[in-house]
Amino acid sequence: MTVETDATPPAGSPAHDEHELVQLLTPEGERIPNPEYEPLIADVTEDHVRGFYRDLVLARRVDTEAVALQRHGELGLWASLLGQEAAQVGSGRALRPQDHVFPTYREHGVAWCRGVDPGLLLGLFRGVDQGSWDPRENNFHLYTIVIGAQTLHATGYAMGVQRDGAVGTGDPDRDAAVIAYFGDGATSQGDVNEAFIWAAVTNAPVVFFCQNNQWAISEPLERQTRIPLYKRAAGFGFPGIRVDGNDVLACLAVTRAALHRAREGEGPTLVEAYTYRMGAHTTTDDPTRYRLAADLEHWKLKDPIERVKAYLTRTGGADHEFFESVEAEAEDLAEHLRTYCRELPDPLPTSIFDHVFVEPTPALLEQRDEMAAYLASFVTEEAHR
Amino acid sequence: MTEMALGKAINAGLRRAMEGDAKVLVMGEDVGKLGGVFRVTDGLQKDFGEDRVIDTPLAESGIIGTAVGLALRGYRPVCEIQFDGFVFPGYDQIVSQVAKMHFRSAGRLRVPIVIRIPFGGGIGAVEHHSESPEGYFVHTPGLKVVAVSNPLDAYWMIQQAIALDDPVLFFEPKRRYWDKAEVDEDGSPALPLAAARVVQAGTDATVVAYGPMVRTCLDAAAAAAEEGQSLEVIDLRSLSPLDMPVLHDSVRKTGRCVVVHEAQRTLGVGGEIAARVTEECFYSLEAPVLRVTGYDTPYPPSRVEEEYLPDLDRVLDGVDRVLAF
Repeated sequence: MTVETDATPPAGSPAHDEHELVQLLTPEGERIPNPEYEPLIADVTEDHVRGFYRDLVLARRVDTEAVALQRHGELGLWASLLGQEAAQVGSGRALRPQDHVFPTYREHGVAWCRGVDPGLLLGLFRGVDQGSWDPRENNFHLYTIVIGAQTLHATGYAMGVQRDGAVGTGDPDRDAAVIAYFGDGATSQGDVNEAFIWAAVTNAPVVFFCQNNQWAISEPLERQTRIPLYKRAAGFGFPGIRVDGNDVLACLAVTRAALHRAREGEGPTLVEAYTYRMGAHTTTDDPTRYRLAADLEHWKLKDPIERVKAYLTRTGGADHEFFESVEAEAEDLAEHLRTYCRELPDPLPTSIFDHVFVEPTPALLEQRDEMAAYLASFVTEEAHR
Repeated sequence: MTEMALGKAINAGLRRAMEGDAKVLVMGEDVGKLGGVFRVTDGLQKDFGEDRVIDTPLAESGIIGTAVGLALRGYRPVCEIQFDGFVFPGYDQIVSQVAKMHFRSAGRLRVPIVIRIPFGGGIGAVEHHSESPEGYFVHTPGLKVVAVSNPLDAYWMIQQAIALDDPVLFFEPKRRYWDKAEVDEDGSPALPLAAARVVQAGTDATVVAYGPMVRTCLDAAAAAAEEGQSLEVIDLRSLSPLDMPVLHDSVRKTGRCVVVHEAQRTLGVGGEIAARVTEECFYSLEAPVLRVTGYDTPYPPSRVEEEYLPDLDRVLDGVDRVLAF
């Protein structure tokens, strides 16, 4: 069952003109009955909801701290997830350990749910590495910056899962799904459309999780589509569903359903998490040049964290002490990030030659020696001075 | 020993690699029932099944991109790009993803993918079916690039490429697919994958070639011998990395070097070899390193391709020019 809510944007654009989206928790923190999706989170206790609240707050704190580090010159760039915490935490908490994630460069909240130390996310943006976590440890692939390229990797990985016999066995610890994250802009990329085709014809166990934050840098959704994005799935031959991307419970339920389908061998699903990029595209962007402040104010009323807080307060599921303790934890996490970031060492210049190949080539080793000798020549000159 | 055509030798090499490692997959357009438009994968789907020999949708970026995912899951995909000119829709995945994955993961991830590409002209084909795009990939760090010239090498090099943990662009000279030679399937490869080979020893000038031009250069060397010229012909086999010691030894002996390829001249493999031979063998050179190549035009209509492509006479003309110094 779907409901009409004020999370639905103003009519007038075909891309937005769709009054159906799954919502389980209103912006005011009220639960909405939903016979189809409620059973999928029947196991979710108040304790779990407190856990989601903690995830949301800490994911946002990672983000605001990283933006601050960029402003202080400690990071070269940061891509903010502000406003998209529920989409990331809801979907991230739907995953099982054996599932595999292919993120964009904005999935800091999903990384958090996968147990990746947020400090590890900073290296790429500080310019000391290009992804310093081990993707095999948390089944969380490196960030992909080329828009949409990772959707094909996810689909191929899912084809590997099929070939490993890890789909549809009924063993909850064995059956695995793959989830590919991407945005509304990416849906215009050839790679994303090819991934949809591949996944459909191979029935691959992959979930396409589109965070429609309505902006591809400065281009609004209308520049990418004439129809609601989730409806595209029908043309490829698999289900698509739109969920309130600012509702952590709805994102959890919908993603669980999609992952379940994939693990059971029923093929791909497109989930469109309808949300809003409350910050800039990245720290180099200036959204005041292309969008109205009123839009932002409108979406602030739908904040993904406030509604969980309102819910917990309303139900008595959490008290002041709990909220204070999460704030304190967020402070500690921020301090960890600041320290971690400032202590990140610059890479050794000659380390750039280390992993170009598994089996290095003679020419590359010569170039490494050439660089080392050149750099050493300055040390020698200094010594002679 | 079995007499085998070059295309058949690749087929036999693929078969052997698939028998030896259940993780080896073949994927591409029409590679299954049809056996590929050149029949290089003929019979493989029948014997190894549709899960290991995958007829893919018609989209090259999808072929390469899903191969990346399969490789990350532990498979060793061998992708077929149907023709040279069709690699470009997959270019982004090759250059931005395949080539960089090991590097950007600080060595944690490997993508042992082989991308087979029938390349070069001389078969009277329509546009986009006769190109030589190897230079783009040689220019790209993180890729290994090889080109085979004969059935025996083809049989072994495809297996060596599949066994390598680095991604390999594997160029197959389509006009030589039907060239035959004896292949000993029970032996072992004579050379490492990255090694060049002196295919004919000589003393007056070094002629460097790869892929389809090796036979052309051997024919040229035979004609030159009748004129009393002794040409040393080198089959590069590997374009990235280049086996420079073999080139050094040869050029230091002959003092003259001509590089031959079908690809356009500017910023091609010939330019790189000319630069490196000049840098590294300067005092041995009696003449500038010359290039005999395709011209800097798009690949032309097939009725003029014979004038576009280096042939025996153009190779000899290049040799005459270096000998004139």
